[in-house]
Amino acid sequence: MSSSDLIRTAPIAPCRPWPRYMLASEQWMALSPGDVALLAFWADTASVYALFASSTGQILLTSTASRDGEYPALSPRFPAAILPERMVQDLWGHRALGGVDQRPWLDHGRWSVTHPMAARHGPPGSPTEYAFRPAGDLMQIPTGPVYGHPAEPAHIRIHTAGETAASVEVRLGYAHKGSLVLMRGKSPRTAARFAARLSADATVAHSVAFARAAEAALEIEPPPRAIMLRGVMAEVERIATHLGDVGAACGGHLGGRLGWHREQMMRAAQAAFAHRMMMDCVVPGGLAGDIAAEGGAALDQVASALAGELPKLIRALAGLGEGVGVVPAPALIAFGAAGVVGRAAGLATDARHSPGYPPYPAANPSVAAGGDVASRLRLRLHEVSVSLSLVRDWLGSLPSGPVGVTLPNVSGEGLAVAESPRGPVWHWMRLDAGLIASAFAADPSWRLWPLQEAACAGAALDDLALIDRSFACARSGMDL
Amino acid sequence: MKTLAEFIPEPSAEAVAALTARLDAAAQRRLGRSLALFHVPTGGCGGCGRELSALDGIVYGLDRYGLRFVSSPRQADVLLATGPLTANLQEALALAYAAMPEPKWVIAVGDCAVDGGVFKGSYAVHGGVGACVPVDLLVRGCPPAPGDILAGLLALLAANAPRRERPPRRRS
Repeated sequence: MSSSDLIRTAPIAPCRPWPRYMLASEQWMALSPGDVALLAFWADTASVYALFASSTGQILLTSTASRDGEYPALSPRFPAAILPERMVQDLWGHRALGGVDQRPWLDHGRWSVTHPMAARHGPPGSPTEYAFRPAGDLMQIPTGPVYGHPAEPAHIRIHTAGETAASVEVRLGYAHKGSLVLMRGKSPRTAARFAARLSADATVAHSVAFARAAEAALEIEPPPRAIMLRGVMAEVERIATHLGDVGAACGGHLGGRLGWHREQMMRAAQAAFAHRMMMDCVVPGGLAGDIAAEGGAALDQVASALAGELPKLIRALAGLGEGVGVVPAPALIAFGAAGVVGRAAGLATDARHSPGYPPYPAANPSVAAGGDVASRLRLRLHEVSVSLSLVRDWLGSLPSGPVGVTLPNVSGEGLAVAESPRGPVWHWMRLDAGLIASAFAADPSWRLWPLQEAACAGAALDDLALIDRSFACARSGMDL
Repeated sequence: MKTLAEFIPEPSAEAVAALTARLDAAAQRRLGRSLALFHVPTGGCGGCGRELSALDGIVYGLDRYGLRFVSSPRQADVLLATGPLTANLQEALALAYAAMPEPKWVIAVGDCAVDGGVFKGSYAVHGGVGACVPVDLLVRGCPPAPGDILAGLLALLAANAPRRERPPRRRS
């Protein structure tokens, strides 16, 4: 029996819009990557959750009970589970039996408790030396978590063979703030500010996915005007983030010009939505406020100027990063392609179109072949032009009416996705009488960092920074 | 062992004296007004960091004011901290601050760095960088706009310019 058929034989829990299949541990252990790909993995106090997509694009949410704090590991068959299993062990204390990697991930031994998400916390930890993967006789170059120049915290351990990086290992967790614990016991409206602060360069996308998960759990729909303005904000965010990421990668004159356009876009966002990054503008039930009267004109003006110059900017990228940082095909298959990184390697993956959500029209995502730095940078700028036309279309056809509905104080479970600038962000939550009992936010970076490590193996040391910027993986968004 | 580094001859004493004579006191004061900045992310969402990057771009042009980012705390005058100070970054902040030479300043950039912001009270944060290092200036906002951060830096420049005058470098 195929894994997707096996999943569908299990009893279901009423999660919306996709039911949750509660697998017995024998069924869980029989799952294999033949016809399902792992999208996200998390837990609550009693179970572990795995979100799959079948080869036909069907979304399959599954869970299995954690018994005596243990569950059978998925990581031997699904490499994308390796990092999340370590996170689940740190936050909830559920051990993955037979897990590929048992080292801690988010927990550096410095919190005031251990297993902060478990029903019963453990005692405070103590800092221990992190066991990096053995590198034999190779020289090691440690970089970060602090760089001096503006950057998010990540430690990247480079094992060098001459001028080449034989392998690269990333260590994260530095920006762990305990966001998921802070969400618990609060209404989705109050907890939205934590979703908005998971990752600033994807604050709209995380807020949209969080709001849609809450709305699914509560069985409500935001008004049409709010849905279309969410689309405007999400695409303005994609434009600003892509411009920033490509600008950081290429630097110099072109980087400066892209940064200039990014700044204009952020100022237009400020004029339209009263925040440069549109943080806290999307809330469960709709929006925190309507677009300002002159906001549409401000966005449209900046969008026209950028659209006019964009072909020249794309040409100016020339061959930057051609053949550099190619994602190896086996890694793409093992971790599943997500976002720009996947599309730049020829895979038509985009949550805006599959599974799809409003206000996005049915369309096929643009893809590029190559899977190298050049494809990722060029595709980002191409996506900017697509986003610009979406923004201008929507601004010209905004439905009238309110921008929010009130939330009922009911119980329910919801799952939702939004395509952030770097890929799909999945949010799941369970509400108990209108308050969050449990929630999780899966940034695509859980699957992108291992691909970045794979793309760095064998690269010239001088190219590592360029490869890093072409991936633009989240730090905070994954540190939770 | 023979050094492989390039040999740079010392400038002649006459040339230095002639140049010094051409610089009046005011010019010296202006040239002395430069600060090296060192960013320590203390666990924020990345928003404040993104706005610091914007400062470095062509719109705000940090260099124009004699401000620049450096990649070692040993070269830095000002530490810019962004984030609520997570437990996992406290040691990095303490080490960076300790490595900076005197005189040195710390700016808490953004509501999180000021007092922990929305993350106050979490098991994983210390609630503001003041819990670990002495803070000289607070720039509020979530995140503060680049102009607000720049205004804070310029205030620091103006307030400390007289104290930062150093005697001319002695040459052997």
